[in-house]
Amino acid sequence: MIGRLLVANRGEIARRVFRTCRALGVETVAVFADPDADAPHVAEADLAVRLPGALPADTYLDAGRIVAACRAAGADAVHPGYGFLSESAAFARAVLEAGLVWVGPPPGAIAAMGSKIEAKRLMAAAGVPVLPSLDLADPGEFPLLVKASAGGGGRGMRIVREAGELAGEVASARREALAAFGDPAVFAEPLWERARHVEVQVLADAHGTVWTLGERECSVQRRHQKVVEECPSPGVGAGLRERLCEAARRAAAAIGYVGAGTVEFLVQGDRVAFLEMNTRLQVEHPVTELVYGVDLVRLQLEVAEGAALPAGPPAPSGHAVEARLYAEDERYLPQAGVLRRFDVGGDVRVDAGVESGSVVPPYYDPMLAKVIAHGESRAAAIRKLVTALRRARLHGLTTNRDLLVRILTNPAFAAGDTHTGFLDPGGPVAPAAPEPVDALTALAAALALAAANRRRAPVLGGLPSGWRNVRSQPRGVAFAGIEVVYDPLPDGVTVVGATPERVVLERDGVRHAFDVARYGEDGPARDVTVYVDHPGGHAELTPLPRLPEPAEHVAPGSLLAPMPGGVLRVEVAPGDRVAKGQVVLVLEAMKMEHRITAPADGVVSGVHVETGRQVEAGAVLAIIQEGNP
Amino acid sequence: MIVSRLDAGSAEYRARREAMLARLRELDAEHARAVAGGGAKYVERHRRRGKLLARERVELLVDPDSPFLELSPLAAWGSEFPVGASVVTGIGVVEGVECVITANDPTVRGGASNPWTLRKTLRAADIALRNRLPYVNLVESGGADLPTQKDIFIPGGRVFRDLTRLSAAGIPTVALVFGNSTAGGAYVPGLSDHVVMVRERAKVFLGGPPLVRMATGEESDDESLGGAEMHARVSGLADHLAEDEYDALRIGRRVVRSLSWRKLGATPLLPAEEPRYPAEELLGIVPEDLKVPFDPREVIARVVDASAFEEFKPLYGTSLVTGWARVHGYPVGVLANARGVLFSEESQKATQFIQLANQSRTPLVFLQNTTGYMVGREYEQRGIIKHGAMMINAVSNSTVPHLTVVMGASYGAGNYGMCGRAYEPRFLFSWPSARSAVMGPAQLAGVLSIVGRAAAEARGQVYDEEADAAMRATVEAQIEAESMPFFLSGRLYDDGVIDPRDTRTVLGMCLSAVNSAPVPEAAGFGVFRP
Repeated sequence: MIGRLLVANRGEIARRVFRTCRALGVETVAVFADPDADAPHVAEADLAVRLPGALPADTYLDAGRIVAACRAAGADAVHPGYGFLSESAAFARAVLEAGLVWVGPPPGAIAAMGSKIEAKRLMAAAGVPVLPSLDLADPGEFPLLVKASAGGGGRGMRIVREAGELAGEVASARREALAAFGDPAVFAEPLWERARHVEVQVLADAHGTVWTLGERECSVQRRHQKVVEECPSPGVGAGLRERLCEAARRAAAAIGYVGAGTVEFLVQGDRVAFLEMNTRLQVEHPVTELVYGVDLVRLQLEVAEGAALPAGPPAPSGHAVEARLYAEDERYLPQAGVLRRFDVGGDVRVDAGVESGSVVPPYYDPMLAKVIAHGESRAAAIRKLVTALRRARLHGLTTNRDLLVRILTNPAFAAGDTHTGFLDPGGPVAPAAPEPVDALTALAAALALAAANRRRAPVLGGLPSGWRNVRSQPRGVAFAGIEVVYDPLPDGVTVVGATPERVVLERDGVRHAFDVARYGEDGPARDVTVYVDHPGGHAELTPLPRLPEPAEHVAPGSLLAPMPGGVLRVEVAPGDRVAKGQVVLVLEAMKMEHRITAPADGVVSGVHVETGRQVEAGAVLAIIQEGNP
Repeated sequence: MIVSRLDAGSAEYRARREAMLARLRELDAEHARAVAGGGAKYVERHRRRGKLLARERVELLVDPDSPFLELSPLAAWGSEFPVGASVVTGIGVVEGVECVITANDPTVRGGASNPWTLRKTLRAADIALRNRLPYVNLVESGGADLPTQKDIFIPGGRVFRDLTRLSAAGIPTVALVFGNSTAGGAYVPGLSDHVVMVRERAKVFLGGPPLVRMATGEESDDESLGGAEMHARVSGLADHLAEDEYDALRIGRRVVRSLSWRKLGATPLLPAEEPRYPAEELLGIVPEDLKVPFDPREVIARVVDASAFEEFKPLYGTSLVTGWARVHGYPVGVLANARGVLFSEESQKATQFIQLANQSRTPLVFLQNTTGYMVGREYEQRGIIKHGAMMINAVSNSTVPHLTVVMGASYGAGNYGMCGRAYEPRFLFSWPSARSAVMGPAQLAGVLSIVGRAAAEARGQVYDEEADAAMRATVEAQIEAESMPFFLSGRLYDDGVIDPRDTRTVLGMCLSAVNSAPVPEAAGFGVFRP
């Protein structure tokens, strides 16, 4: 029996595993890198062990330190979560060699699937349909997909549409793969466009029982990372399901699999191809849990303890849909900083790594939470999920919430017509800038700010807001993007009530209530942000300073860091001539490479950073003088 | 608590309300004239130069959503100069500090000072000094209106004297110079504690290039004689160089924040409570014909906290209502005329009440609607002069802050006893229904007629009745016009004409302002004639 379990992970998955541990009476141990010292997963564990440092390689990816942490904390078992070391056979071995229980498949099974190149060979031999591997030097067909052999999560993955791009993309994929997984091996496959990404959940015990718990539809992806997942897949009928499950069962059996795993397939019409097997718990496991009424983590622990599974899984019921809430903007750029408020309500399951006030560090995956709804039907589940997302209070960081709502309310999605190009430019839900703020919402924000000003006033706070015996001008506030006059009020609008927290307005006989949160009012910088939440939506507003500081001087042609990160490479030197679009330097942030390119032809007149330098968002990286001298 | 007997459904109420609303429309129109400044053409020219209007500067200086009480907005009404007297003055909150703010209106003849500008400015400085309010000047003035220099030059020196006396009294003075501030005007920044000048806009010198050439033959230019940059880097007259007007206002706010200002007066004992009766009904209380009395308790019920009024001597001297109340949490003593006339009893009651307020250091609010002290054989013999003198003595030497609101009539010595302008209340405001003169216009004309008739009879002449009627009509019309609140406000005999509905807000602002200064020391009284 497991007595004290260490979760070699962070965020929502650590909390998810702890939740089951608490239910089972298993003691919990967290590990944490320095930026996570105040994270909820640390606070919720019985014991916590610091992993000094911030970068994943120094902390959550350092197997030696984690095994040492187990010893220090007296843990007798390790759950790896997903990502990080979860698919490291070496780590599994180290855990087992330390005499601890490994909540995962045997190291051999991990190794077999760890190399994608090797896995494909094995699967083909076991009769599982696979895609052909293409020759990297002369693939013969385009488009194709370059993948990291040790990869996952879209890292080290590149779509190549023409031969000219191939060499560069392969090199770039190799670099990213090396940085992310320590293995530069990549391979290429034909790219099935507009195919579905479908995966089968398997669970095997050490006594020869292999369950398959239906399939999950994971087609809606951005940058090869899943965004919306559901169970069952709307595109899989009973016949196809049987084929997929059979292939998954074979795959697991072929490598002597034990524990929870997922076999991923590409499905295009009737065509099925094995993609990879994830030898761990998946991010999207909750949709399966809700449909099958099981606790997969509990089953993982029981299997690890040597228990035998019943002959077959419970029968599925209803439909579950999961949305991954990321701290990222509409260009999928990750956002780091303080999440002022995180509050998701409604009849949904919320697996969150954060809570109100959490700091989202720039070093790790920017996923904040998974929101999962279960309903009798797919439509019922989607409606619950949409409402929960719309009404969620998410303050402080830009999230993909609007994108999720747009996906879930898209007619093609409602029809179940999803594919991996769903979010591509030109796809059904293309990336879009945030909607402009509605005038009534902005008015509510302005009135709440005015009420807050009155409440904060050290003198004359009890007098009427903005009172004048001689009125010379309307009263208003300029938010970035929208100006509001609130005195006099717009025609047809009356104020039912206005406090700093809640504003009720009546327009055309209908009352609308707005909840308002304001941040940064008391700071010396007074950079205020206002969040308005109401049943119809939400808005973030930034009041512009009434008396702006004289403009800060930024030399024309300056290239600014789009986000905080580290300088990976500088590809130019002062005096170099650059062409428009040419890469000037590469910034690494949130494990992604961001290329900073020349905005126009010109000459590099200054480089302000060097490789390895950490930069803040907005920092001047280099200056390009436009024109051809 | 006062139980109102006002019937807001009555025809009488509606008529009074309609009359008051009509006067308020006139007031709005006059205020609009002041706001319009020099008119569309000059406003447009000013804006084209990239400058903010005087009131825009004020609005950006004060805290967002805070109240601003503009003072003397009708200054120069009825004179040859535009309403408002080319300057904006008032009490506003800057970084949580109540300040007196003045701003020249450069759209009115370049912001030049005329005799009314001077009186309005001096009144603002006086309010700053009496109430210990930091004094912020938003300067852009072409100097004195030369044709009227005789009424400006000699008394105008007080402007600079006031600035330095404010500073000496520990009251900070701040000058934000947006444009011209030359010749005498140069002493405004010269005598201010904190000076901000706007780059390429501020121009501060004693003599401009032509004058310098006439005096010494030296060739010079504006910038080297008095530019902001020069004063910031060379002369040291400017403490802060602002990039533009917004920057100047931002720096001005920062300067006030850095004063670490603390008010020294009393703070409200209890939280404010709204009156139980709506302020809106204040419009329907004062009769159009001031000969008809009204119950001031109906006013008090709509002004004071929770309509709570603890009446003092309710059964004695009933033509004057006295009692204790709170306004926005500040305790006050209220004296309000009930039936216009002040008799001996009312005078003695007022005297006692004023002494009691001084004993408890409670500010006094005077609500005027008085036709004066009673005349007639019986009243003279019973000592109305002594008793009136007693009340005037008490008002004159009372040291607690006084606030006066002229609701209706303010005639004769009643104006004095009820703390008229000459008795230096900290603030004095009028309702549009106010009238003030030595006596009512009809009475004054009647007195002239009686005197004239008596003189004619003494000379044995036949009195010209036709001429008498014409004289009476002319005099009555003249006195009526000169009793009107706009006229009196134009001459700075009050601090502004207010909407009756704003009375509570105005008093609240004034009570807060007076408490920026420490509660004054108690003083002895003059000898009361027994």
